[in-house]
Order: sequence, then structure tokens, then C-alpha cells
Amino acid sequence: MTNPTRQNGSQTTSPTSNPHVSDKPVSNKPSTIELVNKNLAKRYRAEKRFRAYGIASVGFGLLCLCLLFTDIIGKGHSAFLQTYVQLDVHLDSQRLDINDITDVNQLAQADYQGVLKQALRTRFGDVKKRGDKRKLYKLVSNGAGYELRKLLEENPALLGTTQTLWVLVDDDIDTYVKSRGSLSDSPGEDTFTGRLSEKQIGWVESLIGEDKIEKQFNSHFFMVGDSREPELAGIRGAIMGSLYTMLVTLALSFPIGVAAAIYLEKYAKKNALTEFIEVNINNLAAVPSIIYGLLGLAIFINFFELPRSIPLLGGLVLTLMTLPTIIISSRAAIKAVPPSIEEAAMGIGASKMQVILHHILPLAMPGMLTGAILGMAQALGETAPLLMIGMVAFIVDVPGGIADPATVLPVQIFLWSDSPERAFVEKTSAAIMVLLGFLIVMNTLAVWLRKRLERRW
Amino acid sequence: MDISTLLAVIAIMIAVAYMFGRGRSMAMADSSQSGYRNLNSLPFYYGMLTALWCAVPCVLIVMGWLLFDDAIIDSLVIAQLPEAVRNLSSDELGLVMNSISNIALGNVIGAEPEPYLLAAAETLISVRHTSQLALTGSVLTVGIALTLFAWSRIRPEQKARVQVEGAFKSILLVCACVAIVTTLGIVFSVIFESLRFFESVPVSEFLFGTHWSPQMSMRADQVGGTGAFGAVPLFVGTLLISAIALVIAVPCGLMAAIYLSEYASTRVRTYVKPMLEILAGVPTVVYGFFAALTVAPFIRDLGATVGLSVSSESALAAGLVMGVMIIPFVSSLSDDVISAVPQSLRDGSLALGSTQSETIKQVVLPAALPGIVGSVLLAASRAIGETMIVVMAAGLAARLTANPLESVTTVTVQIVTLLVGDQEFNSPKTLSAFALGLMLFIVTLVLNYFALYVVKKYREQYD
Repeated sequence: MTNPTRQNGSQTTSPTSNPHVSDKPVSNKPSTIELVNKNLAKRYRAEKRFRAYGIASVGFGLLCLCLLFTDIIGKGHSAFLQTYVQLDVHLDSQRLDINDITDVNQLAQADYQGVLKQALRTRFGDVKKRGDKRKLYKLVSNGAGYELRKLLEENPALLGTTQTLWVLVDDDIDTYVKSRGSLSDSPGEDTFTGRLSEKQIGWVESLIGEDKIEKQFNSHFFMVGDSREPELAGIRGAIMGSLYTMLVTLALSFPIGVAAAIYLEKYAKKNALTEFIEVNINNLAAVPSIIYGLLGLAIFINFFELPRSIPLLGGLVLTLMTLPTIIISSRAAIKAVPPSIEEAAMGIGASKMQVILHHILPLAMPGMLTGAILGMAQALGETAPLLMIGMVAFIVDVPGGIADPATVLPVQIFLWSDSPERAFVEKTSAAIMVLLGFLIVMNTLAVWLRKRLERRW
Repeated sequence: MDISTLLAVIAIMIAVAYMFGRGRSMAMADSSQSGYRNLNSLPFYYGMLTALWCAVPCVLIVMGWLLFDDAIIDSLVIAQLPEAVRNLSSDELGLVMNSISNIALGNVIGAEPEPYLLAAAETLISVRHTSQLALTGSVLTVGIALTLFAWSRIRPEQKARVQVEGAFKSILLVCACVAIVTTLGIVFSVIFESLRFFESVPVSEFLFGTHWSPQMSMRADQVGGTGAFGAVPLFVGTLLISAIALVIAVPCGLMAAIYLSEYASTRVRTYVKPMLEILAGVPTVVYGFFAALTVAPFIRDLGATVGLSVSSESALAAGLVMGVMIIPFVSSLSDDVISAVPQSLRDGSLALGSTQSETIKQVVLPAALPGIVGSVLLAASRAIGETMIVVMAAGLAARLTANPLESVTTVTVQIVTLLVGDQEFNSPKTLSAFALGLMLFIVTLVLNYFALYVVKKYREQYD
């Protein structure tokens, strides 16, 4: 690096040698100080410009961050509310085809949707044509009947009575109601109507006029798994899938990573094997994540014939992916423990294993945990390798263990973003908000741990 | 006994073995006059030694069993199938096996299955049952036998500590070797499948062909289905999007690093730097969503107002968002190398009368150049291997173009589209994904290796 200094030196020697030259009274040649002063303004301008470029770059980065977050929150906040319509539902035992309320089979097969259709027909008595009726039925969600079933299961006495219920609306209506702004005003200019017909809009507006449409907190979103119907889709399945996958990843990658770090820091001699391990770890840290998906597909699925789509498999692949990160940060944490502690323990007769287990490991633990949490955060947001090993399947059930088919949050986001229904846009954004929420919590925890527990020697 | 119960039983066995070993060593110590001093090692080590004798073989047996039992069970069931079924091709046999395991699970859909399927399902259930029993039996026998063996060998003069420490070191070494095994796994999985691909498609066609359409016909007389595997359009698309990303990320990241390390006050630095790094922590699927739903329509509308026709899956949108994602990689790596330039170089330059920007441009940056080059190379490898943004925001059609307003496809997009969903493992269509993976692996490996080499060489000069 002598080159730049030499360059700099040669530039600055010319002005210093010039004064001797300019001592001679040469009238038409400007003095050095004049030359410097003449350029000074220009140089200061360049300085300011350079600084402005720097500020602009930092500003651009921060602006993008703000844009990203406002865009996601702006699109997703409405998904935490869900539109409901108030209907007087007559729980007619004949129409439901239930004569024995204690019979589980009858409860399961009853025609709840029919009762809701009846309620809609009663509410809008003037709708006679078949086509119009079909449009009318589309006001409520296909899944609204499940709520009736739950109601009857909890309270069988309601059979045969008429109840005023809040019923889940269809996703098109939901989007319409959310985009028209405040419910007390008339619909705005840019209201999104989508596939709705004039008549349907008229019905919805009349319901709004009677205060029969309301937006309530969407607890459904957090309680159920995926669905083809946007208003019925929830993220619980994906969250549980992510949880199981992360458990497998943590249970495998943390012990293995810490053990590998201890070996490399405290046992490894400088030989070809150690060198080879280190080269491998450094390279693996930078291998594109999709390559790990190919590995999982070829080795775990094709060779060992593990079933697809299960959190165990996802956890294995993510373990291999996060191991380098955890090993590297654990090594840094072990390195930060001062050798004096090790020497003191050795001096009073502790064995190498005792030194490591009793002294080095407890002292390095906060640093290792920080690294592990950051590695987990990276694994939680990872999508590409999981696409390869079949975690993109459409799975409605909430997984109950590491061997159940499951999907994970980022993959759920990918799946929903591919769906054509407009209502899935807000669901996707809401799922992103949940994912980012988890990541922010994990990163804050890591920073807090580092600040709180890490000792400086 | 299912696996989780078995693991719990093993854990209990290990704990019991530990207590047995420890207890025996203590009993032996008590029986002699000098007490514990008579023992070669602390009682803990005798306990650990017994526990290790029990634990290591049991865990190995369970792991081996879990990895290989499916294949063995399948072969047993297949051996029992009728001759005609056994001679089916491997794909059809796979289907038959699938329906057998479905019947075994009790999911019979539609008509009553054929008798041989029912019989096979019976066999499957009984073989699985036997396998479980055999696993439990062998684990219990081996665990108890080895515990007793280790227990009976305990003597006060036994060097338990040396043995346990040796075992500890070996376990650590095995963990460290996981990194090597992973690399080998990656290399073998992509190379073997790629070799199978290159048997049907010549390497030269793959590397230099300019037409990519991996659809293979199911029947010989089908229209338009011969499949073309010229990967040049994919390479060009990848390079185009990565280049756009780097054009955004390198100047921006570098200037941000310079500003934060040379100009900004400590307070600004402590707040702004972590905020910029959030950009690197946002999952790529979120960027993909942002690119596909916000940036791409924005660019298309912008193009429409100027009178340009922009594809809604333009390379520009994907590259732009990817560039934003890579800014923190460039900036934090460059920040490190800029901070590593000795202060004396700056002081010397400032003392000679140069302004701060002149110092940076003519002294600091040339001194930090190798590190900056390294960070740019790492960023490039990131961009080439990035998947989700391009899967969601870039196109699928392989077009050979350098126009950033058109839609292009990339290597990673093709890998994902070829491998997501069900696939048969002997068609060139599926195998071509592994060949693309091999290319990706080689290119990123070379970039990373070169980057680390450059950075390392530079670091040695100042340390």
C-alpha cells in the first residue's frame, strides 16, 4: 500500500518546492498561494458535493426502508379487521335436517349454508330472479356455516330459534367495504368494486345504511390454517409449522455449532484437516440458500427417502444452512474469553474438558446465544430451500408435530402472493407484518442479550 | 414403541448408567482405606464413562435404523408383490407403493382395491410393526449390555478421566466435520444428477445453446415437446439482473460506508448503521412481494407515461429491489475495510493540506481497494444466488435480451420452477435443474473464494 502515499507525496512536493522558484521576481507567473487560492473554492465545492453524495446514499437506503415498511403496513393493516354482516338467522331444524341434536353425524352434515341463504332471502324479500338470488347468496362467505355449527355444538338449545348473528362476508364484499372508507360516509371515488355487480353493491350499501355491517377484529386470522377462500384463510398453520421447523433447527444446529466451534478454537492443531474444515465453513456461509434445497432434495428425499413437506426435513436443511453462521459467531465468542481465565483454571489442576465446561463455555454463552438467535432469525425468513423440499403444499390442517405435513410463514407468504384474489394481497401483507414482528423481537432480544450479558474484559 | 418414547427411554437409560457408574466408583473408593484419593479420577468421570458406553451405540443404532428402515421395508414388500407388478417401471412401482401405504394408513378412496394390494398393505403393517419391535429390542439389549460391561470394568486405577476426555474430543471433532460432510453432500448431489443430465444433453449444448425450453414430450408424436436446454438466455438474464442490482448497490453502499465511517458523528453512526442493516435482515420473500406488487407496477406505469412499453415483470424492477437488499452487504463490509485503514495515512494527507474528500479519494480508498473489491464480489455472489426476489418479480420465459425493460428469467428462477411440485427423477427436465445448480455453485464458489483471498491478502498487510 505504498503506492497511494507515494502518489500523494509526489503531488505535495511540487507546491512545497515552488516557493523557491517563485522567489524570483517573475511577473507574469502567478504565485503558488494564488494558484492554491484560485482552486480553493472549487475544491471546497467538490468537498461539499462528495459529502452530499454520502448523505444522499444513506438517505436513499433509509428511504427505501421507510417505503418498504409503509407499503407493507399500508397494504396489510386492514387484514386485522374482518367485515361481518348482521343477519336474523332462523335455525330451522327441518331446513338444517337435524332431528336429534346430540347426533354428531347430523350436526356435521347439516345444511348450514341453506339456513344462511334463507336468512338472506328473508332480509331481501324483493329478490325473485334466480340469477339475482345466486348473487345475493354470494354476500356471505362459503365458510360462514362453520360458525353456525360451532354455535349449535356449544348451545344445542338454540335449535329452532331465531338468532341475530354476525356472519362472515365474502372476500369481495370485505374488500369493497374496506376500500370505501368510513362506514358512516357514502362510498368514495376510488372504491374497489372488483367482481361485484351493481345490485350486490346496492344490497351492501343498504345494509351499511342500517348499521348491519361492521368491521371486527380478525381473530379468525390467527386461529386457523390456510384456505382457498381469502376470508377463511389464517396463518396459524404456518406459524406452528415455522415453530416446529425452528425447534428442530435450534435443537440440531446450536449443539453441533458450539461443539464444532470449541473443537476449532481449543483442540484443533494447525494441520491439513483443520485448514480444510475452516475453508469449508467459510465457503458454506456464502453458498446460495437454494443450493441447500437441492441438497435436501437429492440426499434427504431421494436417498434417505424421508417424507416431503415435514418440519423435520425443513429443520434438517435449515440446520445445515445456519451451521456456518453459528460456528463463526460461537468461535468469536470463545475467542473473546481472555486466556488468563483458562490459564488460571489449568494452573490449579483443571483438565481441558473441565476448563471448557466450567469456565469458557459459561463465559462465552451470551455471545453464542446472540449468534444463535441471529442464525435462527435468518432461518425463519428463509424460503428458497423449503420450496425445493415440498413445503409449498397446500395444507389446511394446523400441524401437530415435527412429522406432520406443514408449511412455514415465508412460504405461506409466497403462496398467498401468487393467488389471484385481491383479498389475498392484504392477507399476504398481514402475514409479512407478523413475520417481521417475530424477526424484530428476535433481533431485539439478541441486541439486548449482547448489551446485558456480554462482559468486556 | 414409537420414536419419541424410545428416545425418552434411551435418555433414562443414560441417566441410570451414569448413576450406576458413579455409584460403583464411590463404593470402591469407600471400601479402601484412603477413600476418594484411591480413585484415579473423580466419580463424575466413571459415571460419564458408563453413560457414554450406553449412549453412543444406542444413538448410532437409532439413527442408522431411521435412515435405512424405509428402504428395507419397501424392498421386503416389493419382494412379496406379484411377478407382473414387480416388473413395472420404477415410476409405476412407486405409484403402487404409494397406494399400498395409503391402504395401510386406512385411507381407501373409491373402489375396493385389488387383493394383492390389500395383502401387501397387510405385510407393510406387519413388517413395520416388527421393525419397531426389533429396534426397541436391539436398543434395549445393546444399551443394557454395554452399561453392564462398562460397569463391571470399573476399577479405582482405571484412567476414566483420560478416556472420557478423549471421547469428548472425538465427539467435538465429529461435529466439526459436519461442515465437510455438508460440502461433500452438496457437491455429490449436484454433480451426480448433473452427470446424468449430461448423458442426455451434451455439455456444449447446455453451456452455449441459446434456446431454453425444458418441456419434454410425454408421447413421441406430441407437438412442440423435444426440449431445448441451451442455458445462455438464463445466464444473460441472471447477469442482467445482477448487474442492475450492483449498479444500485455498489455506489450507494460504498458512499454510505464512506459517509458513516469518515464523516458521520458517533451518534449518527450508532443509530443509522443498525437501521441500514435492517435492510439486510428483511426476508427476501418480503422484497419479492414488494418488487412484484409495488415496484414493478410503478415502473410499468412510469414507462407508460413516458411512452415506453415496460413488461410488468421487467428485469429493472427485480434488479432495483435486489440492489436495495444488497446495499447493507456492500456498506458494512466496506465500512470494515475503510475503518481498518491506519489513521496515520489520513493524518499525513490532511497535514499536507488536502481536503477530507481528497484524502478519502486519493489515500483511503486506494488503500482499502482490495477489501472493497472483495465486498463487491461477495455482493455479486449474493445477487447471482438470490432466489425469492426473482422468482416473484422476474419472468419465466427465457428471452435472450439485454433490455432491462423486458422480462428475463434467471438460473435460480428456473431451478425453482423445475423442481417445485412433483417431479420424476429420470427426465432431463428435472435433472437440468441440478445442472443449473452446479453452475450456480461453481460460480458463487469462485467468487467467494476470490473475494476471501483478496480480503485476506489485504488484511495481512496491516496486522
